[in-house]
Amino acid sequence: MQGLFPYLLNGISVGGQYALIAIGYTLVYGILRLINFAHGDVFMVAGLVMVYSTTALPFYIALPLVLIATVILGFTIERVAYKPLRSAPRMSVMISAIGVSYLIQNLAFYITGGVPQPVTNPIPWISENITILGASTKRVTLITPILTIALVFVLVYLINHTKIGMAMRAAAKDFETAQLMGIKINAVISMTFVIGSFLAAVGAMLYFTNYPSVAITSGGMPGLKAFVAAVFGGIGSIPGAVVGAFIIGLCEEIIKGLGYTTFSDAFTFALLIVVLCVKPTGLFGEKVTDKV
Amino acid sequence: MSKNVLKVENATMQFGGVVAVDNLNLEINEGEIVALIGPNGAGKTTAFNVITGVYQPTNGAVWFNGEKIVENHPQGKMKKLYKGEHNGEYTQVLSPTPDKITKLGMARTFQNIRLWKSQTVFNNVLIAKHCRATSNVFSATFRLNRKEEQQQRQHVEELLKIVGLYDVKDELATSLPYGKQRRLEIARALAAEPSLLLLDEPAAGMNPQETDELTAFIGEIRDRFKLTIFLIEHHMNLVMDISDRIYVLDFGKLIAQGTPAEIQNNQRVIDAYLGVADDA
Amino acid sequence: MSMTKKKTIFTAAVLLVLLAACVVVDLTLPSYHIVVTVIKKATVYSLVAVSMNLLNGFTGLFSLGQAGFMLLGAYAYGVLTIPVDKRPGVYQYFDGGAIKFSLPEIFAGFLGDNVGTVVGMLLALLVGGILAALMAYLIGLPVLRLKSDYLAIATLGFAEILRAFFQWNALGPITNGSNLLKSYPAFSHATPYVVLAGLMIAIILLLITSTYGRAFRAIRDDEVAAEAMGINLAKHKRMAFIISSFFAGIGGGMMAMYMGTIAAAPFKSTLTYEILLIVVIGGIGSITGSILASFLYIFSSEWLLRGLDAGKFLGINAPGIFKNGFRMVVLSVIIMVIVLFFRKGIMGDKELPDLLDRRPKKRKKEAAGK
Repeated sequence: MQGLFPYLLNGISVGGQYALIAIGYTLVYGILRLINFAHGDVFMVAGLVMVYSTTALPFYIALPLVLIATVILGFTIERVAYKPLRSAPRMSVMISAIGVSYLIQNLAFYITGGVPQPVTNPIPWISENITILGASTKRVTLITPILTIALVFVLVYLINHTKIGMAMRAAAKDFETAQLMGIKINAVISMTFVIGSFLAAVGAMLYFTNYPSVAITSGGMPGLKAFVAAVFGGIGSIPGAVVGAFIIGLCEEIIKGLGYTTFSDAFTFALLIVVLCVKPTGLFGEKVTDKV
Repeated sequence: MSKNVLKVENATMQFGGVVAVDNLNLEINEGEIVALIGPNGAGKTTAFNVITGVYQPTNGAVWFNGEKIVENHPQGKMKKLYKGEHNGEYTQVLSPTPDKITKLGMARTFQNIRLWKSQTVFNNVLIAKHCRATSNVFSATFRLNRKEEQQQRQHVEELLKIVGLYDVKDELATSLPYGKQRRLEIARALAAEPSLLLLDEPAAGMNPQETDELTAFIGEIRDRFKLTIFLIEHHMNLVMDISDRIYVLDFGKLIAQGTPAEIQNNQRVIDAYLGVADDA
Repeated sequence: MSMTKKKTIFTAAVLLVLLAACVVVDLTLPSYHIVVTVIKKATVYSLVAVSMNLLNGFTGLFSLGQAGFMLLGAYAYGVLTIPVDKRPGVYQYFDGGAIKFSLPEIFAGFLGDNVGTVVGMLLALLVGGILAALMAYLIGLPVLRLKSDYLAIATLGFAEILRAFFQWNALGPITNGSNLLKSYPAFSHATPYVVLAGLMIAIILLLITSTYGRAFRAIRDDEVAAEAMGINLAKHKRMAFIISSFFAGIGGGMMAMYMGTIAAAPFKSTLTYEILLIVVIGGIGSITGSILASFLYIFSSEWLLRGLDAGKFLGINAPGIFKNGFRMVVLSVIIMVIVLFFRKGIMGDKELPDLLDRRPKKRKKEAAGK
């Protein structure tokens, strides 16, 4: 067990980072029924912005900048690429999301020159090494799950106790009726993207602190995995996404710990397929029936 | 006594706690035109969906041409939730997909017209012939089925002439006026070569003149194709004109059955349609 | 009737001219010339795009597994065609690999060098297609029951799983693990690519216009109605999935030929996205659209917009802006514009020869209007 302990520790940390991304997927899917394929790339951009800004600026200016830039990016993507397709078939919006993902990656390639950008101790203190029960790790590993849980509590409070939260729940329940009841649907959707991008930015800062570099493809895998986590937990459900993310993070690291690193990604997708086939509504999802 | 074509036996369809069709029993004999009527939300279309295999009934069975095609009993969560009768009477689970039932010789139309939008009138009918094709994907791709294809095309042309849509055969199905779209749906169902035709509100949205034409048309195709017809309809003139017998549903339950004359004078039917004071 | 005849003659004539042009290109230009490269790559992309269109456009199954099936086809091709004497070098970390034969060499043994090699290569492509089809059958069992976006993400997941398997060291004796497969035979001229892909696309076209193709389109337009009219959804969806994957597999094999080396890395989801976007540009549900879009896309990315990467474009010298990666930015912006504002793509769901009969029809309508 001692050998696996560092992996478990890592798993919880990675799970927390996935959770922060997964919430963005689950919120958007809950309202728009759209798999926001660009979300993973937003996450990657947040990482890049962090690398660039922390080298140029002190971190207490750089980090808020990362948050703001990512939120603006998420907001803009929704306004430019999804809003014009509000009445289009769902597939068109999904294609648009894929197009955005493609665009962001190509743009990132252009800006970085295709070279992975090294992450050099961007945030002091949290990237320092510490030792827990004999396992050496960075402080961020411990901070991630705590911060994740705290943010989730804030978010759940926001959704259950504020007006915009209520509007979000209404829109998720029934998009058209919510619109008829006078809810400003565009504001709600923008808010969803803002929250999702904010959390993705936080996730990116924590995630990339643990990695040597940010490449243009760095967003794809964590993005897809976070999506799987959202499906696993029951898409549309925030606690579901968080629980799903932690489970996936842990499983993945355990598999790595057992020496099957090649299959840590494959496992996640196998899990996705099993969940979709056995219980498509996930752990906490509500059942939706189609009317003939 | 002529041959029994369709028999629905103790069929109950329950969605969660809502009983949409409650212990429905009905029989249709060969060559009959039978109507299923009832107020909105009475469960008529649900009954159709149970018969054609779209829904699996919670309990009960359906027989077609003397063969049991659908059977089910409450399972899983439904065991506890089930509110209907005849619990425990059925043991088998028989739930073919709609296409299998269509192949047995039952075809339907839809309440809210469901034509294939991107296809021409001709193709809409031709596609319904697909289930009668004997070619496999290989022989069809390499055109080894020319003869059959040609035969099918010819049938479709004849069919379109009969229903009066031949001159618009190359138009997009959705470009037709409403009444013609309904007709096209019937033609499409006929192309599947059914012996029992189920029409779900064929006259919905039609004016009186169109309805009269449709009434005549339904009688005509019954005779020409030797069909048995089961239809849901709200236009009482049409129903009373062409039906041999009528079943009346209200809140999922069968409240009356009989000839048009009997139904017209049935107090329960009148109450169901007009509403009745609670204490009555 | 005469209209269809006219169309057929016209189409045949155009195809002949294009083929002749291709032969001329091969005879006059060296095989490393950019024109030859563009034709090769574009034909491969055409085939894969059409195979994807068969599924996404004609059957309405939104699958994103194309890259996975291409990967299978590519590996099958490489593994079966690397000459025996080159195997120790290629599989240097795996004792020369587990497979000790090469299809082209076997056939060269009794059909002569030229014919035999080609037959062996074609057979390897076919094996790749069949493997992809088999895999599609297996994957389809659980996955095809899923609806729209869930299907998309599940097929994407399967493609990623496949990719992981092919990089797995335990399979190294066959796949060479995470190392390259290389030194396999490939057509150096453009014409064989065009003929091969053309044949495959012709078969897909025949399928689409057959009674099965019509059933596919019925499923796309309205599943419930299709099922009510006796079309077995499970069977037809599976069929479309398998056939589409078969051709993606063959396309993958051809891609391997074109690229010269095989690794799992290029067969990422990005490749699927790229092909999907090509299908969208061409028009979802248009075969000629997909082909046209493939050529346009490859032509612009490989040739026309090259200058955007190299510092000089249309005579404008701006090495600061026109640097590596800029052409893909421009291309993806164009793609986004199409996705957002020209949702029907170049062709919509029409085919090129249909353009011939558009005008007479209009006139007829006008006449009827008067």
